[in-house]
Amino acid sequence: MKKYISYFRMWLVMGLQYRAAAFGGVVTQFFWGFMEIAAMHAFHESNPDAYPMTMEATCSYIWFQQAFIAMLSARVFDGQILDSVRSGNIAYELCRPVRIYDLWFSRSTASRLSGAGLRCIPILLVAVLLPKSYRLSAPASAASFALFVLTLALAVLVSVAYIMLIYISGLYTISSDGLRRLCSSLMDFLTGGYIPLPFFPAGIRQVLELLPFASMQNVPLRIYSGDLAGPAMYRAICLQVFWLVTLVAIGRALCRGAERKVIIQGN
Amino acid sequence: MNHEKRYEHNNKRTGALRLYRRYLSILFRSKMQYKKSFFMLFVGSFLASFTIFLSVYFMFQRFPQVKGYTFQEVLLCYSIVLMSFSLAEIWARGLEAFPGMVRRGEFDRLMLRPRSLLLQILGTQCDIERFSRVLQALVILLYAVATSELRWTPLRIATVFFMLAGGCALFSGIFLVQAAMSFFFLEGLEFTNIFTFGLNEHGKYPVDIYGKGVLWVLTFIIPFALVQYYPLLYVLGRREEIRYAFLPFAAVLFLIPCYLLWRCGVRRYKSSGS
Repeated sequence: MKKYISYFRMWLVMGLQYRAAAFGGVVTQFFWGFMEIAAMHAFHESNPDAYPMTMEATCSYIWFQQAFIAMLSARVFDGQILDSVRSGNIAYELCRPVRIYDLWFSRSTASRLSGAGLRCIPILLVAVLLPKSYRLSAPASAASFALFVLTLALAVLVSVAYIMLIYISGLYTISSDGLRRLCSSLMDFLTGGYIPLPFFPAGIRQVLELLPFASMQNVPLRIYSGDLAGPAMYRAICLQVFWLVTLVAIGRALCRGAERKVIIQGN
Repeated sequence: MNHEKRYEHNNKRTGALRLYRRYLSILFRSKMQYKKSFFMLFVGSFLASFTIFLSVYFMFQRFPQVKGYTFQEVLLCYSIVLMSFSLAEIWARGLEAFPGMVRRGEFDRLMLRPRSLLLQILGTQCDIERFSRVLQALVILLYAVATSELRWTPLRIATVFFMLAGGCALFSGIFLVQAAMSFFFLEGLEFTNIFTFGLNEHGKYPVDIYGKGVLWVLTFIIPFALVQYYPLLYVLGRREEIRYAFLPFAAVLFLIPCYLLWRCGVRRYKSSGS
């Protein structure tokens, strides 16, 4: 365990070095958030009764989504992990007395946290200071803020556990590129990356809420504003834990299988 | 002597088209070597825009209209923007990848050849797998045209084509600016994606729904509204003035400063080495 924690710390510090790149990200995410909220306002104005959330909840949902995109998005991949499979450098890692799954897990968690850590503060700071109709408002209560932090951590772990499956698929097929491109936008959509899950039609929404994708963004971002509360919230948290355990178990099993017969590509 | 020179000049001109065709045929054949990967990318890029379509569809299941625009009207707008963006992305993909070329020092090699630089850059890449998006946009456009209750006059039909051509030119111009920026800043400028992917994705709705400020910026700074919002008003019959139909031509003027910036960049280019 200790070695994975020190790996984690090493990559976290490494990730925090890329400040210039993060600045570009901040501007992009900020623009994105602004445009999305503007569009949501237009829908809200056209028919406030059909709007399934409050406007404040939508704003905080979108701002947190943009601020933490590097951490929660189902389409952010660690380029070095993908490269190590493609180039054959994974051979070095296989020689070391570490488990590949745990190594990659700590690595992608670290790179996601550092990516989000650099981007989130400026975005959230500006979002708090915006005019009222665009502002990131205070959490619904102290309890919901505490639960927000807890479920956010779970959400990151579920996202990583899911992304791990895609990395591992690279060990089975030579190039995971196609699969990655095929999945990433669909995943993004199902996590609520384009429109929050409450905007989906009822039947589809009920199914989606059971899938792991709902555990990645939907749960923490809605708990913050109190949009998700009561029994539904507890059920969602249990599902998060369930998916985390399941996805890690599947990933571990697949990884063990792959390690046994891995073919090193490379030159 | 004079005659010879003119002959040479002519030859170079016709040669440009032939060379471009040759580049394309090489690219096409090399892609066909990896059919499975081509197919995956084809489907992948289809899904990428199809999910955006689905999110629009789901929103309109809930809301009958947004700022007075119906589902069909938004689809008309979305499909035109998607098609013009995808076409620009297919043929200007080389420009998008250009910053990498500068960083790796490959641009130096192009400068040594006695051919137009832009032609060579455009010839390095062509993302034909993204035609899946063009197809999708075409289907959506046809659906929107068939189901909207608009009266299609010849000028309205022509306006749709003007919007497509103007949009394609505008996005190509933005790609050219993006490429030119890499002469001035060696680090990747991620935020310029706002004007390419951002405009494509948020351009699914007529831009006036984002408010007056956004409309102003997209009219006077980046003339996106000239190929999207204003001509759309004419197509939808909200404006009768004929000049609205011809505004996409004004957007083409945007290419001039883009090209000048590019020229300026090429002139002050110093190899980054390696």
